[in-house]
Amino acid sequence: MALITRRRLGQAALASAIAGAGQTPGLFPAFAQSANPLRIGYGMALSGGLAGNGRATNLAYQIWAEEVNARGGLLGRPVQLVVYDDQTNGGTVPGIYTKLLDVDKVDIVTSPYATAMIAPAMPVVMQRQVTFLTIFGAGVNESFKYDRHFNMNVVGDNMKETYAKGFFEVIDMLPSPARSIAITAVDNEFAQKAAESARHFANQRKLRIVYDRSYPPTTVDFTPTVRAIQSARPDVVFIASYPPDTNGILRAVSELRFQPQIFGGAMVGPQLAAMQAQLGPILNNLVNWDTYSPEPTMQFPGVAAFQAKYRERAPAAQTDLLGNYIPPYAYAQMQVLEAALTRIGKVDQAALAADLRANTFETIVGKVKFGPTGEWAESRNLYCQFQNITDGDLERYKKPGAKVILAPAALKSGSLRAPYGPPA
Amino acid sequence: MEFDLSLLLNGIVSGLLLGGLYAVAASGLAVSFGMLDIVNIAHPALMVAAAFLVVAVGGAIGLDPLLCAVLLSPVFYLIGVGIYTFYNRFFERRGDEALQGLAFFFGVMFIIEVGLVMAFGPEQRFLDPSYAFTTWRIGEIDLPLRMLVPALFGLLAIGLLYLFLHRSFIGLAIAAVAQDAEALRLLAIDPVKIKRLAFGVSAMLACIAGGALIVVQPVEPSSGQIFIGRVFAICIMGGMASLSGAIAAAFLFGVVENVTATFFGPSWAPAVAFGWLLLVLAFRPQGLFGRAA
Repeated sequence: MALITRRRLGQAALASAIAGAGQTPGLFPAFAQSANPLRIGYGMALSGGLAGNGRATNLAYQIWAEEVNARGGLLGRPVQLVVYDDQTNGGTVPGIYTKLLDVDKVDIVTSPYATAMIAPAMPVVMQRQVTFLTIFGAGVNESFKYDRHFNMNVVGDNMKETYAKGFFEVIDMLPSPARSIAITAVDNEFAQKAAESARHFANQRKLRIVYDRSYPPTTVDFTPTVRAIQSARPDVVFIASYPPDTNGILRAVSELRFQPQIFGGAMVGPQLAAMQAQLGPILNNLVNWDTYSPEPTMQFPGVAAFQAKYRERAPAAQTDLLGNYIPPYAYAQMQVLEAALTRIGKVDQAALAADLRANTFETIVGKVKFGPTGEWAESRNLYCQFQNITDGDLERYKKPGAKVILAPAALKSGSLRAPYGPPA
Repeated sequence: MEFDLSLLLNGIVSGLLLGGLYAVAASGLAVSFGMLDIVNIAHPALMVAAAFLVVAVGGAIGLDPLLCAVLLSPVFYLIGVGIYTFYNRFFERRGDEALQGLAFFFGVMFIIEVGLVMAFGPEQRFLDPSYAFTTWRIGEIDLPLRMLVPALFGLLAIGLLYLFLHRSFIGLAIAAVAQDAEALRLLAIDPVKIKRLAFGVSAMLACIAGGALIVVQPVEPSSGQIFIGRVFAICIMGGMASLSGAIAAAFLFGVVENVTATFFGPSWAPAVAFGWLLLVLAFRPQGLFGRAA
């Protein structure tokens, strides 16, 4: 056993001091890492209405940071995540980002989840000319037009003309053409934009819109809304809803035995394990917007390994058990950041933005390229159909066949089943 | 939307079923807010906390959510007693019950919500009894048991509360404390003790309402927030300190919401329902069943 002499201890302390100053990164990596971490700060919904997705995002970031640190860190420095709970309250967001940038002096900021929380952070990051890599925003930069904003979301640019395109491609798969559509959306920015896109394509295809109304997020009973839609006898129904409403709507549809040819749209919730476990066969034949499905057409390198790691830790982190929705994209967001920082070799906000704009990134959700407004250059809105669901067993969602991809054509993995017919 | 008798009838019936849930949610508040003058803004959060406990306990032992809520209600009685004791000690006794008391109950609400996130996580929780997926049909009328059973269960609980308040000595004392707390002292009854007991009963009703809520819909820690405005509006519309008024207002609220949602769209439903509240207060400031001062 080697003895530690006073001289050796002094040498180690000196080396530590030098490494801590960042002058010899890599020479004594352990010392260097502990002294000068690369700090990535963000607000995240760890409580409140969006906490389900917020916590899942946070877990994906943690997994990425641990992997990077195990590889020796980023830019020779260990990655440290600095996270504050925004409580799903947009009012807390400007304060959090002001603190992150002015008090904590983090090196990089990423966004909270999602549109409603990203928007309040924008003025703060714009004022400080910080590159802002966001997660699952929807058209946030349409009004800000910030040239250092980049968004990790399949929605892409120009939501109105791209978002519902896949849903209408699915309508074209019906054996007899649909002639009428009902549209309803919760009163929030994302859902209203989704409904606007559905209206755009319905008008383009000359589908008669027989019901078109919004509902407030405080709605408790959806039975009258669904009954009113049912009485309008639409062939197809496009709903843009958030998790608590989605559950109520699908339960009401089941209770009223409403069976349009296609039912679904932009319902947030069926992508998540909790709702899949609860609703079980009610989800059968639902055609819904999604971001990821473990179909053979989406087996990108690394995604299975990431999901295995995520699923192992999800129960302890009290978050979505499957990680089929946002986690692969949250991890990919950090892969993009890692690749860009590695390429430029330093923390330089202008160079980082230039790199993000110029390059294509290989990630676990496939190749990612940002367009002029910072959204994905090409949208990739999936429209999946739940098939063969007999109960709330979540194991089936880890394998192909439960969420069959119908659109876009490049990722199609199965055929449409109609009509939508949940059991009463 | 064209007029259709079937739509109207279904709107009324579904509104009555929804009103049943509102009634049981508002009945506890009718005791604490209506009778005790305590602005317990945390009442819906207590209801949601009860729903989470029902999921945990009922899921573990395989018990029906409504029965589970009954079993858990004594626990909530004790929680209610604890909350009131604290409130009385630090606010009411000092005469700070108005604004600072309101802030206290806001705090209680946030603590409950954050506590639920810490204990159970932010995900939706559910506990569906077997009947939750069955719908009875009587002619053109749909009666989903998911709504019907909790409404009937809630009415039964309210009926028992009514008997307790009108037939028992303690119930009459609670009614008396609502009218003149100091007069009770002349009868050698401690009004604080009666209020503590009444607040415990109010928390028990929040537990029963939580059991009903989890049958109607899944819950998440912040689910209570959508009920705050409604339950307070129902108590005020019904007339403070009037249990029967609160029930009538709950049914009216439910029917107005659902009929409006059917014919004019769901966006109008809360506006029209709260518009009714303003109308009632304009013509009967004491509420539907309240007594004029």
